[in-house]
Amino acid sequence: MGLPSKVISKNLNFFYGDFQALHDICLDVCEHQVTALIGPSGCGKSTFLRCLNRMNDLIPLTRVEGKIMLDGQDIYSSIQDVVMLRRRVGMVFQKPNPFPKSIFDNVAYGLVVNGLRNKAHIAQRVEESLKQAALWEEVKDRLSASALGLSGGQQQRLCIARALAVKPEVVLMDEPASALDPIATQKIEELIHSLKEIYTIIIVTHNMQQAARVSDKTAFFYIGKLIEVGDTNTLFTKPKLKQTEDYITGRFG
Amino acid sequence: MPIKREITEKLVQKLFMFIAMASITILFLIMIFIFNEGFPIFKTVSINEFIFGHYWYPTSEPSDFGIFTLIAASVLVTGFSAVLSIPLGVMTAIYLAEIATKKVSEIAKPVVELLAALPSVVIGFFGMVVVAPFLQEVFKIPTGLNLFNAALMLAFMSIPTICSISEDALHSVPVALKEASMALGATHLETILRVILPASISGISTAVILGMSRAIGETMVVLMVAGGAAALPESIFDPVRPMPASIASEIAEAPVGGEHYHALFAIGVVLFIFTFFFNVVADHIAYKYKQIGEASL
Repeated sequence: MGLPSKVISKNLNFFYGDFQALHDICLDVCEHQVTALIGPSGCGKSTFLRCLNRMNDLIPLTRVEGKIMLDGQDIYSSIQDVVMLRRRVGMVFQKPNPFPKSIFDNVAYGLVVNGLRNKAHIAQRVEESLKQAALWEEVKDRLSASALGLSGGQQQRLCIARALAVKPEVVLMDEPASALDPIATQKIEELIHSLKEIYTIIIVTHNMQQAARVSDKTAFFYIGKLIEVGDTNTLFTKPKLKQTEDYITGRFG
Repeated sequence: MPIKREITEKLVQKLFMFIAMASITILFLIMIFIFNEGFPIFKTVSINEFIFGHYWYPTSEPSDFGIFTLIAASVLVTGFSAVLSIPLGVMTAIYLAEIATKKVSEIAKPVVELLAALPSVVIGFFGMVVVAPFLQEVFKIPTGLNLFNAALMLAFMSIPTICSISEDALHSVPVALKEASMALGATHLETILRVILPASISGISTAVILGMSRAIGETMVVLMVAGGAAALPESIFDPVRPMPASIASEIAEAPVGGEHYHALFAIGVVLFIFTFFFNVVADHIAYKYKQIGEASL
């Protein structure tokens, strides 16, 4: 694949206090691809994901060693502006977490905090983002209604629209469909597929079929280590390592 | 023995019901008593004259029973104390819930809550012997026992209530909302102002109203530091006589069953209506803007 790398993790170690959650993670994420992170609970895949937009900075007593390069720039260097970083690297969380505001205000939030004041421009971005997240048709008549009145699947697509509104380059998704029913899940998966044209997507998932369906590349994590990474097709059909094979065939985890 | 277990269960239920009924009944009877003792004054003066009359001379001949100056004193003292205590209490709560490190807030929060345990007579004493002379000196006023001093002392009393309940409300805003905001490139300050405060507005409103209802009903502090003059104040450095102070200072001299005695109970009724109103508003807000998150008030 001749695609350039968007995000490169170099010998990343991560600590919660004295506990080391990630060991020496080296991973290249290609532009305009979907990269899936799989592995059993507690293997560090979510922690790794949260390192990529420095979300773990919010947790006290955590420490990072090594580098994460975004377009060749170390995001943990002292000159990195974290607010700018999070604007470039958006995130969708496991549980839908819309703000207790209107649907419109949820999507507009990121634009407003990033200094956009032009009302027409905001409205246009909100519409675009809702369309990108395949939610526009369902909510266009009730944009001023509370976001909390939407169903779980709609809320999650709203959260995706909210993340897309600020035009990030990379979108991180932390098990975005784990709290949703199969139909909503399918919608989200179709969405992920269409979004990779524009964005680079990194998705954490517990669901092996989901990883196989949506991703181009898959990385298998186990107890804080990156065990194997490769093209999704190869990794699921001909894994190099026994550990990977055992996990994807369901023999443990 | 399932039968025996059932009997015990029934007995315990009855016991709890009896105890609950007893406390509710007693409170209810007290309320009836106050109303009952207060109403006879309206045979002497009309409700209108009582509420809006400017002259409170209960012991002169002929006597005047107008409590407008007392109501005004209560409202002004509580209002000024709220102006001080709301920003201080809420901002302290924001600091403790959002900005302070865990260690600091673990020490500071119990300290703030401990302040709520300060007996009001101690605060009144402090206002009398420390704050009053200081105010007198600094502002060159005839007495340091005045509206401002009382408002200041009441603010001290309500800050812990406001701060502690607001902190609980802020703290119960789900981390997920905070993370969502930060992940969109909002700064910590923007997150506090645009997400965390709006999500906890119900709890903070409840905190503010409980703090104010504590202030308006507070007796000892206003009795000691408000100055005691039943006249409309012209500046915040004039002495005033809030309702609770009037009741507390005069009830001992009012002959039981006399007009003065009934008038004092009627003041009690007015005071009760004020605090009742505060509590209804607090309930209404708590109901209308339900707390977002697990804990609610």
